[in-house]
Amino acid sequence: MGAVVLALLPPFASGYVISLFIVLYANIALATAWAFFSGTTRYISLATAAFFGVGIYALAILHVYVSVPLALLGAAVVGFLVALVVGLSTLRLRGVYFVVFTFGLTELVHQVLNWWEIKINRTVTRYIFTDVSNVSIYETLLAVALITIVGSWYVSHVRLGFALRAIGEDEMVARHTGIDTTRVKVLCFAISASVMALVGAVLALRYPYIDASIAFNNTWSFQVLIAALLGGPARPWGPALGAVPLVLLSEYLAGTFPHHFGIALGLCFVVIVYFLPGGIAPLVERYYHAWVVARAYGRWPPAAASPVTGRFKAGLARLNARWWT
Amino acid sequence: MGWAGQLGLTHLFRAGGPGVILFEVFLGGLLLGGTYGLIALGLNLQYGVARILNLSYGEFFLGGAFAAFFTIMLWKLNPLLSLVISLPISFAINWLIYQYLMLPLIRRAPDQDALDADVVLVTFGLLFVFQGLALVNWSGDLRGYSFLSSPVHLIGATVALNRLLAFLGACALAFALFLVLRYSRFGGALRAITIDPVAASLVGVDVRKFSALAFAAGGALAAASGMLVSTFISFSASSGVEYTLKALIVVIMAGVGRVTGTLAAGLVLGVVESVGGYLLDPALTIAINFALFMLVLLVRPTGLFTRA
Repeated sequence: MGAVVLALLPPFASGYVISLFIVLYANIALATAWAFFSGTTRYISLATAAFFGVGIYALAILHVYVSVPLALLGAAVVGFLVALVVGLSTLRLRGVYFVVFTFGLTELVHQVLNWWEIKINRTVTRYIFTDVSNVSIYETLLAVALITIVGSWYVSHVRLGFALRAIGEDEMVARHTGIDTTRVKVLCFAISASVMALVGAVLALRYPYIDASIAFNNTWSFQVLIAALLGGPARPWGPALGAVPLVLLSEYLAGTFPHHFGIALGLCFVVIVYFLPGGIAPLVERYYHAWVVARAYGRWPPAAASPVTGRFKAGLARLNARWWT
Repeated sequence: MGWAGQLGLTHLFRAGGPGVILFEVFLGGLLLGGTYGLIALGLNLQYGVARILNLSYGEFFLGGAFAAFFTIMLWKLNPLLSLVISLPISFAINWLIYQYLMLPLIRRAPDQDALDADVVLVTFGLLFVFQGLALVNWSGDLRGYSFLSSPVHLIGATVALNRLLAFLGACALAFALFLVLRYSRFGGALRAITIDPVAASLVGVDVRKFSALAFAAGGALAAASGMLVSTFISFSASSGVEYTLKALIVVIMAGVGRVTGTLAAGLVLGVVESVGGYLLDPALTIAINFALFMLVLLVRPTGLFTRA
């Protein structure tokens, strides 16, 4: 029902609100796609900006030859294929090596593409000529964000989702129980990358022109990572929860104090690690469950010594004891 | 015409010939590699001994560079004097980071993987905080100054004196570090922790204390390398990440904890980047760097300078 309200919003909202929501949906879709792979398997990827940029470039090249919907589809396919190649060669790296590799990957793609454009095409920018309205971009991104969340929720309930979580718990054990870990990892990495490329391509429709430094901006990688961790990467709907405050904060700070957003982002990282190891989502879930139970007993807020708060506190303690539930 | 002529070497090595240019490029790469090794020394001390991957490392490098910049531009003093301030400050901040931010995580973490994930996030956060503070206070302008930039002739090629100074500084620091690690009690304790922290604590090494000292010393080394490198590069408040990434590539190439191999790995990276950039295209240096890094990761993930 909320989604219907949001879908019917544009005629009643100003241009500014539409733009804000576009950025919000883009962040939600990216963070959910990120958590779909990295949240479950604990392979922390900083390559979001790389796939996002690949999507932007794919659209900029394709939209000259084919219609916009086809170009968007093409961007998602290109993102999928690039991630397939990258994943096959690198998903054997674990922990810190994978983080550093994905971080460098963005730089690598950025540099190589820049070089290609200057050397071969003798230009640094590409122009995007489309007449897609902001409202259509709004509706498209809303659909993408919703489909990503629902898809992620669906996968978490089928075999593939269990396989992903098993890899996150202990990869060796997962392999010994008969999971083809390489196939699962590469496939999900590529699916997540294709969503990122699609979001990049949709956002590119708003730009009059693009260049490599617009497309491959590392800030995207970090903002998406933080949104997902703040929200709770272990729940399909968690990252969306984290993206909302972060986008609002960035919107507020970007206009008034541009450098302070970096500081706020940095403090967010620190606060999450020390005080919110599982993100907001598990807390919300606990509160919701406690509320449901308490309502059944006719008491809210629950009294200090009630079994409900006792269970609630025990749950919190269990959460804090484990990193990344 | 002797044997050299028959091989075409006289043509290759005539003044301005392709051989001489390639040699100059090679020498430039060697000097560049020395600075890479220098930048990575401190990080290898932090990651190798204290087992903390400090992604805000480049910010301390920049701290040293900015201290040198302000010393020469504001107070008109020799930038080498800035080390008097930047070394102790960087040492103290890094010690505090280890004691008050890293130790709680170390105590909490069930295994090294979980610790690594936490540490990566926290040090990324610190990176953003330091970088933001630097941007707010010093703006994002590109800075640079001129110090000892006179040319020196070295076996047929010409190099700048400040690059030579940084190279010699790198060699001296690496050698000093080698001596400390090899021959002092303190160094012995550090090597023991590098090999096995649990076993080291069993034979009476205070692992937490020495790890904190190694971490702090790594931070001080970062500031020192920042000062030396700032004599010939321009830098801005947001360029710290670049150096963290370079240092990390060198550390992984050398092998985590192989402090003495760091300089050699830096030299390899510098020469490959320089010669590769000259032969292919200077715009591709980052790509070459990264390709080399990938190759090492896939072929020898424990590093080039480790015993099998």
